[in-house]
Amino acid sequence: MGIMIQNLSRRTFLKGTAGAGGLVLGAQLAPQWTFAQAARAQSAAGGAFNPNVFVTVLPDGTVSIVCHRSEMGQGIRTGLPQVVADEMEADWSRVVVEQAPADEDKYGYIDGQNTDGSRSIRHHFTILREMGAGARYLLEQAAAQSWGVDASEVYAKNHRVYHTNSGKSADFGELVEVAAGLNMPSGEAAPKPSLKDESEWKYIGKVVPAMDHFDITTGGANYGADISLPGMKIAVVARCPVYRGKVKSFDATEAMKVPGVEKVVEIPALADDKPAEFRALGGIAVIGTNTWSVMEGRRALKIEWDMGPFVAHDTSTYYDTLKESARKGGAVVRNRGDAAAAMDGAAKTLEAEYFVPYFIHTPMEPPAGVVDATSTPVRIFAATQSPNESRQYVAEALGIKKEDVACEVTLLGGGFGRKSKPDYLCEAAILSKMVGAPVRVQWTREDDIQNGYYHTASAQTLKAAVDDGGKCTAWHQSGAWPSILALWNPAQKVGFNIEYGLGLVDMPYNAVPNIRIENGEADAMIRVGWYRSVNNIQHSFAMNCFANELAEAAGRDPLEFMLELIGDPTNLDLTKDGVEEYWNYGDSIDDWPIMTGRLANVLKIAAEKSGYGKAMPKGHGLGLATHRCFHSYVATAVHVVVGDDGSVTIPQVDQVIDCGRYVNPDRIRSQVEGAAVYGNTVARCGQISTTKGAVNESNFHDYTVSRMSNAPLNVRVHIVEDYTHLRPCGVGEPGVPPYTPALINAIYNATGKRIRSLPVRPEDLAKA
Amino acid sequence: MVKLRVNGVSRQYNGDPNMPLLWYLRDELGLTGSKYGCGAGLCGACTVHVDGEAMRGCITAIADADGKDVTTIEGLDPKGNHPVQRAWRAHAVPQCGYCQAGQIMQAAALLSRNPDPSDQEIVDSMDGNICRCGTYQRIFAAVKTAATEV
Ligand code: FES
Ligand code: FES
Repeated sequence: MGIMIQNLSRRTFLKGTAGAGGLVLGAQLAPQWTFAQAARAQSAAGGAFNPNVFVTVLPDGTVSIVCHRSEMGQGIRTGLPQVVADEMEADWSRVVVEQAPADEDKYGYIDGQNTDGSRSIRHHFTILREMGAGARYLLEQAAAQSWGVDASEVYAKNHRVYHTNSGKSADFGELVEVAAGLNMPSGEAAPKPSLKDESEWKYIGKVVPAMDHFDITTGGANYGADISLPGMKIAVVARCPVYRGKVKSFDATEAMKVPGVEKVVEIPALADDKPAEFRALGGIAVIGTNTWSVMEGRRALKIEWDMGPFVAHDTSTYYDTLKESARKGGAVVRNRGDAAAAMDGAAKTLEAEYFVPYFIHTPMEPPAGVVDATSTPVRIFAATQSPNESRQYVAEALGIKKEDVACEVTLLGGGFGRKSKPDYLCEAAILSKMVGAPVRVQWTREDDIQNGYYHTASAQTLKAAVDDGGKCTAWHQSGAWPSILALWNPAQKVGFNIEYGLGLVDMPYNAVPNIRIENGEADAMIRVGWYRSVNNIQHSFAMNCFANELAEAAGRDPLEFMLELIGDPTNLDLTKDGVEEYWNYGDSIDDWPIMTGRLANVLKIAAEKSGYGKAMPKGHGLGLATHRCFHSYVATAVHVVVGDDGSVTIPQVDQVIDCGRYVNPDRIRSQVEGAAVYGNTVARCGQISTTKGAVNESNFHDYTVSRMSNAPLNVRVHIVEDYTHLRPCGVGEPGVPPYTPALINAIYNATGKRIRSLPVRPEDLAKA
Repeated sequence: MVKLRVNGVSRQYNGDPNMPLLWYLRDELGLTGSKYGCGAGLCGACTVHVDGEAMRGCITAIADADGKDVTTIEGLDPKGNHPVQRAWRAHAVPQCGYCQAGQIMQAAALLSRNPDPSDQEIVDSMDGNICRCGTYQRIFAAVKTAATEV
């Protein structure tokens, strides 16, 4: 069905333009854009039925549904419209998707339009059902009115409205004119369009083919770097290798000799008293007519840098200060009972340190986007997760009002949190204003790796006690990491409630009677930003692995021991343990409680599906881990084979996800399969290091990521059906955190080697 | 003066002979289906066919394509229905999609040279193409499906 839709839109595209290959907006645009623009134009001209901001029905019956979240591979351009289409009884083969521009009033009133935090479906499921139901209601009213019958006698089904008694029917398209003259009933007493009963759903919870796959597989899909405007220039920027360093002087003589280079200009360094946030930090921009020229021009620049205040940022020593800080502890962010006293008198205690280095997102598409600061309003066309924040920061960079900036969103070639941060668009805006033409800024892979927003490095110290019966009686966890908040407050030395809520204070081992969780201080010396699943990565890693260590120390089976730690099914009440302002991913704890029963459930299923407990040949190991984040519960079982040379192969992974009510099982599977690969990169591949403040790694040769040869190729995703009566939960991120500890536990079971610092390298596992 | 054919159309180029093919295709011809991912031959996002062979457009100087036939994702099949493209859609391979043009061109070249690759040959051939979304499992399955059709 998806393919048909794309064929339809492709035909429209080819008919409407001279064909592909032009360099001007409109001629080069992919079908997904031209069609959406046509729908927008028709609805503006009044030739369409526009029951609400999400739905437009054209006279030919085409239903255009708005997707107001950014598509970066999670399938949201399919998932959101399929909810609307289901409720309005649209035929999926006649649905097209329109990508929303930035518009907070229309689309951002629930939670902005920033696509991160795995929240698009869970925050919009109900409202989109209502939008679909409202559209259906008006189409039914229109039919009843045209036929002069009572509305109770008509019903919509599969893109037509039927009259029960006469057998009359009309296509949605035939009802557009009458429907366009109707208004949604408003006020207290107005009838509310009824939502379909779950048993009548035909798209929600079903596999609907993804929207853009025809374009993607034929080269017609547009990303940030694919947008061209008339007269547009292309720019790359040389940025200081050290965070907040500045240009002392530069010589552009050689750069200007490169054919195609037109200008070399300085983007002024951000004022010292301005925090980094998502602002442009400054640098030397080379501007010209094509990407290769400006890259060559940049290579020919001579720049002398003032390296600034962070030259002391050397990970070889900085990581040690994090470890010391974690040992020392600090602010108590959760306390239950008296962990220290329980340790003192315990039959057995155990202590271990866990470490996770900096990572960088490396979305396959490095940051890129176009800004035209010469137009009114200023226009942004970009691969961005956060169109409204993009407007805000671009407006600030230009010294104008946010209302005077518009933003259109392309497809994103991966986001992972990087594209929530529009510093690259601020650069484009500043340059566009300077040169008086639209400018596309292209980040190279080196820029992406060396000048990014890094996943925080973190050290954790864990201690626990077990009694004579092998039960855990105390759990003490202390972590230190540079905080994301330092982007706004550079002096920030500790974390804050959002970071605490990423698997630290909500540590779910509720059966443990004494719990103490602390946060030590750390200086932020580089831009730290969120990365797919954020601090859940390190917390899930430490928690699950340490629990397995403890099980062994207590002479217990890890599965049984972890289930015992989780305890009886209950809704965790963290206020009882003194947790202040538990974030809960921005949502009410009543709507999305922490349900330990669901956590235990996924763990049991993962054990069962993976055949946990069966005898394994030498060198093989099976490891388990489980984690709740973004309200979903995921358990992972990894089967690993470790060779004598330390080589790792992964014959099978079982990922069990309980995300409550779900919309598109195939897109969930693909996200969770991908999360295993993303986790595999976290566990086994690249790490960022710094020397004298500068990032040492530069491209995929020294910042490695999972490739086919080392990725798990047999990831079995199991979607839990037991809680689909509950609210939808996140999907994009929750698959990542449990993968690493499951793999590390599996490696331990295969080799007896306990890895506590990432990434694990073959040399760590090779037989001596 | 470099003379080449791109998707069957004869072209001439007078500029910098060192310009990588990728930037010629994207910036000069507006064929944006081939993607930039690393610029150093490390990720495969820019993969195109030069005389039928999979090549990394980002490290292939346009001068080296002189007199040759270049095929990009836009020209792989007139209707977008090459067996590899069909298999990709049947397995719903793409997530963000950014790497997929390169993956498809790599797989198509593999299958034209070796219509019945072993599992190991598939992995070896596809290993230079990174997918940060982690679609490898579906890519692997789709190559196998396509292999039954070429
Ligand atoms: S862009 Fe050519 S291999 Fe990465
Ligand atoms: S589908 Fe996103 S990088 Fe491959």
